[in-house]
Amino acid sequence: MITVHVNGKAKQLTGELTVAAFLEQENYKANRIAVELNGAIVPKATYTEVLLHQDDTLEVVSFVGGG
Amino acid sequence: MKKASKILTYEEIQETLCQRHSPEIQEKLNSARVAIAGLGGLGSNVAFALARIGVGYLHLVDFDRVDITNLNRQQYFMRHLGMYKTDALKGELLDINPYLDIQTDCIKVTESNVKALFQNEDIICEAFDVPECKALLVNGILEHFPEKKLVAASGMAGFGDSNEIRTRKVTKNFYLCGDEVTEPGYARGLMAPRVSICAGHEANMIVRLILGKS
Repeated sequence: MITVHVNGKAKQLTGELTVAAFLEQENYKANRIAVELNGAIVPKATYTEVLLHQDDTLEVVSFVGGG
Repeated sequence: MKKASKILTYEEIQETLCQRHSPEIQEKLNSARVAIAGLGGLGSNVAFALARIGVGYLHLVDFDRVDITNLNRQQYFMRHLGMYKTDALKGELLDINPYLDIQTDCIKVTESNVKALFQNEDIICEAFDVPECKALLVNGILEHFPEKKLVAASGMAGFGDSNEIRTRKVTKNFYLCGDEVTEPGYARGLMAPRVSICAGHEANMIVRLILGKS
């Protein structure tokens, strides 16, 4: 088990997941979000490569419609 | 008797803005460069606010035309129906202050043009309507220009509590305005009061960034 911090809350993961696997597991809509890992944007093209590690801080911003 | 319309001189406008805002603040506003992506309920209100205080350079980006459904919240009039929003809004802003430098791009922002479109401004305002477009712009700016300031918005439909609309600093150069949850739905449409509160948050955050606050 590892612990990461997602949008300010501690979250237990079964192991080192990729960002893509994490987003799928949490039912995020990939084309409506921006993901920052430890303060830096995660480029969409790298979601399937970047691994989440112990104590990582993840910020997932979900956009809703309207403007 | 109808009074003839008056075109103020550059000096008259500058003197008045400096009286209101102070010369040192006005100098910073005059030389600021801001891009606004999306000219609907958010972007048209942000643009009005920034133009009124004399933000000297605005880059307006939108592909759409003004239609009747826009009039409940966007800064357009019946005479603008059918016009490109870039043209309609530019004309209005120049009615407020004809000495502003207003550049327009009547184009849809895509992954392939986002870098070229926004390379010249230090501050970028995300003001789109569709969530996928919001995400595309935010990802594009944060990927290509992590040093630029980005102010985005999410969640401002309906007539919920005004005070649930807030400005949040997400990361170093990325700010998000809105309640982050309320999307439009039946009897919870996009309405002028709450959308303009959110636009006000975006505009004021942009002013704070121009003036060196975070």
